[in-house]
Amino acid sequence: MITSFLPLVAAVLFAIGAIGVLIRRNAIVVLMCIELMLNAVNLTFASYAYELRSMSAHVFIFFVMTVAAAEAAVGLGIVIAVFRKRQSADVDDVNLMRW
Amino acid sequence: MLIINVIAFVAIFSALMVVFHRSPMVSVVFLIVNLVCIALFFLFLHAQFLFAIQLIVYAGAIMVLFVFVVMLLNLRQEEEQRPGWRIQRALAFVAGPLLVGALWTALWRRGRSSEAFPGGFSSGFGTAEDIGRLLFNDYLFQFEAASVLLVVAMIGAVVLARRRES
Repeated sequence: MITSFLPLVAAVLFAIGAIGVLIRRNAIVVLMCIELMLNAVNLTFASYAYELRSMSAHVFIFFVMTVAAAEAAVGLGIVIAVFRKRQSADVDDVNLMRW
Repeated sequence: MLIINVIAFVAIFSALMVVFHRSPMVSVVFLIVNLVCIALFFLFLHAQFLFAIQLIVYAGAIMVLFVFVVMLLNLRQEEEQRPGWRIQRALAFVAGPLLVGALWTALWRRGRSSEAFPGGFSSGFGTAEDIGRLLFNDYLFQFEAASVLLVVAMIGAVVLARRRES
């Protein structure tokens, strides 16, 4: 039923987000793929909350959304700062601390 | 069940478009479609409050932030191809299905707990009232920590995006 189907969908969405983080070089798209993965996790939380009749997972989703909002704000701030410095939002251009 | 399948199909399709479309603006639009699909799933899962929050905060506020930055930066569309890029891409396409397989195996092999919790839903399940009660009783410290996190993120975003005069 729904509680065994939705975690499978969430797993697919998570993997798509992970592939996106690996293959895209545009920093904004990488941030969007991270949002995709966070949402897949939220969906898993919600379906387990439904299955276990427990609302604690709803609180966890609330906190995940809080962290996602903070992450998006700071991440986009970093993208803007890097773009201003280098005229590029390519993650491969920011490799000063790589090794 | 049919409508859930349709929503799942739309969600996965829009997620693929987010990853594989070349234009960041189109990616943002498809991400909004994906977030709305997940909000509809929340509705099916008796999480009405999260449905509203998902639409208002995620599809509304956070996505406006993304749209704003994409518009502001005016990115060139094509991504340059670097040495080693093809190998990384091929490895990603191998690792992705492997990740799906691992997660599906874990999900299929977990213990079934539906029988242990046969009861219906309490009347307030998923409402703002019950989530508020949980937040301000059991998770009060975490709630305050989240507020500190948001303040820090706000200050950090302002400092990072500030134009330095020098």
